[in-house]
Amino acid sequence: MPAHPKLATEFVKNKERAHWHDQSLWFVRSKRDAASGQIPEWELLREQASKIKSYTVSHLPDLLEEFEKNANAKGVHVHWARDAKEHNEIVHGILKQHNVTKVVKSKSMLTEECHLNPYLERQGIEIIDTDLGERIVQLQNKPPSHLVMPAIHIKKEEIGELFHEKLGTEKGATDPQYLTEAARQHLRQKFIGAEAGITGVNFAIAETGGFVVCTNEGNADLGTSLNKLHIACMGIEKLIPRANDLSVFLRLLARSATGQPITTYSSHFHGPAPGAEMHVVLLDNGRSEIAGSDKFRRSLNCIRCAACMNTCPVYRRSGGYSYNNTVPGPIGSILGPAKDAKEHSSLPFACSLCGSCTDVCPVKIDLHHQLLTWRKEIRVRGLLPFSKRLSMKMMGWMMQAPRLYRFAGKCARAIVPRLPRFLLYNRFNAWGKQRELPDFPKQSFREWMKKNHDNK
Amino acid sequence: MAPKVGLFIPCYIDQLYPQVGIATLKTLEHFGCDVEYPESQTCCGQPMANTGCTNEVGPLARRFLEIFKSYDAVVCPSGSCVSMVKHHYDEYFTDNPEYEALKAKTFEFCEYLTNELGIDKLAGRFPHKVGLHQSCHGLRELRLASSSELRIEPFGPARALLESIDGVEVTTLKRPDECCGFGGTFAVAEEAVSCMMGEDRVSDHEQAGTEVLTALDMSCLMHMSGIIRRQQKPIRVMHISEIFAECL
Ligand code: SF4
Repeated sequence: MPAHPKLATEFVKNKERAHWHDQSLWFVRSKRDAASGQIPEWELLREQASKIKSYTVSHLPDLLEEFEKNANAKGVHVHWARDAKEHNEIVHGILKQHNVTKVVKSKSMLTEECHLNPYLERQGIEIIDTDLGERIVQLQNKPPSHLVMPAIHIKKEEIGELFHEKLGTEKGATDPQYLTEAARQHLRQKFIGAEAGITGVNFAIAETGGFVVCTNEGNADLGTSLNKLHIACMGIEKLIPRANDLSVFLRLLARSATGQPITTYSSHFHGPAPGAEMHVVLLDNGRSEIAGSDKFRRSLNCIRCAACMNTCPVYRRSGGYSYNNTVPGPIGSILGPAKDAKEHSSLPFACSLCGSCTDVCPVKIDLHHQLLTWRKEIRVRGLLPFSKRLSMKMMGWMMQAPRLYRFAGKCARAIVPRLPRFLLYNRFNAWGKQRELPDFPKQSFREWMKKNHDNK
Repeated sequence: MAPKVGLFIPCYIDQLYPQVGIATLKTLEHFGCDVEYPESQTCCGQPMANTGCTNEVGPLARRFLEIFKSYDAVVCPSGSCVSMVKHHYDEYFTDNPEYEALKAKTFEFCEYLTNELGIDKLAGRFPHKVGLHQSCHGLRELRLASSSELRIEPFGPARALLESIDGVEVTTLKRPDECCGFGGTFAVAEEAVSCMMGEDRVSDHEQAGTEVLTALDMSCLMHMSGIIRRQQKPIRVMHISEIFAECL
């Protein structure tokens, strides 16, 4: 798979689109600023959320058992999946048991992580994403490019095109209201025809054995109440200890994600309705390994609000697909290499280390520090390209020898200004493609000091 | 007694921007510091550290400590190099009191002027619209000003110093503290995104009416000035110490 710089370069080539993408997301970041500004205790909330999550991650086994016990008591079936394969098999097993062939799903990045859709489709099961954005990318046969706005990269003209082709809307239609209405009618049929509903989980509560799903379109409620079977798929880190903790996260989540005071629908599930069945699938898929790592444990605090993406200047200008990972952006650049360091070795470098993600994160994950730590890991595991390693080795070597360093500087200052432009600005000089090099001065600071200061 | 200041001039400033070193020196001496420039210094190791090549950093970190440990204060006109020394050397020193002491007495130039020397007003006149680029490492690692993400009381001593100069008008940006896209080796490894980021920063300043673009870090300015000069924009680029020195 191509590395981030290559995919990002492709995205940036279309300047107009890259600007549009950047501005759409900056708009969301600004809304987040305004919404968080309404809460005087914002920083306190972040601190509290961070503490709760850190506690949870370090007590995961106990809390998960507590959750299972309490969920069972409410009549919920709890399943444990070690990896994506097991997860998909469990889900398929439940569906098969009920002879289900049509499923509606509300947005869940976890099922994206497991590639559940293609898996179920191969088993002859129709699975329809019911979140509007997710449905759009599903119709395109693509994964989401963002955690909470899966189709943020697609323009309304393109959606018009797509809907015309797939849903039979009028050609050339771009009116969002018209297109949304068409999608709603289409989805309504799917909701009615479905025999089971799959949802993600935003927060599962150990103390009660219940869980909460947040959506803006109410599709989780529709998808789970119109039929008798609900399967909820969650990563084991989605747990919180007590029902009381929920208020902290619900206040932070929507504000950080979209600048709304609260998500339109926060649906609480505490056991199946009479005559219905409820299942929770708990997925590990590498999470317990991260929980055991001192360096990266805190990345499990993530509540998937996507604020780090909206603020990330690189994500905004390179698009979600440039990360080539289910979760893109800063947090994705930590989780990606944790899953497969070789495959995702370019992600920790897709970052200018500006630190904005760290300051914006509602659960205070030190994202940019973890990215820097990942760079070291990449180097230690021998995954850093030879050219980078060599240049850094040479630089380190020169910097340990002041005389050599001074000599190299002197030579450069003597030679570079005399070089013809084509020798300086060519395809080997990435700096000079769109930027001028600095003018080389006649003397270095140290030379100036010797002449003008020290002998005074 | 005048504080004995060890001047830490990052390698690229030494080689490419001597005038920034000179301006820093002049300003510090103007405010009564006894400044010395230890000749054997080279580089703090940031490029290697940012690439993950920490093996190459250890010897440089230990050199740095040896060179600078005897001063009352170590002052540097670059937030990101200061951040390297203060926040990223720990792994090379275990329980080393000399390093702990060094950490506490290493300062970014403006921080030293305001917090240590207690200067809050500069004389002189600089009749220009000045755009202040908030370099990320100074902002979010050293906390030299409040960042736009945090909901805390806004502060920014360097900006206040600038504004105290007669004639200076600091411009207002649409995005007050977005990264310029330099990011060390990022500028080359992710050339496309890096340049787009730089371009966007420059046009934000252009629209705000910035005549002189300044920052606490020369590296961000090197990147943006590269773009400004290629695109022939009418913006002058100066390190903040150069503005201060001009006003003395
Ligand atoms: S890392 Fe933080 S900011 Fe990013 S998605 Fe997770 S919780 Fe949100």
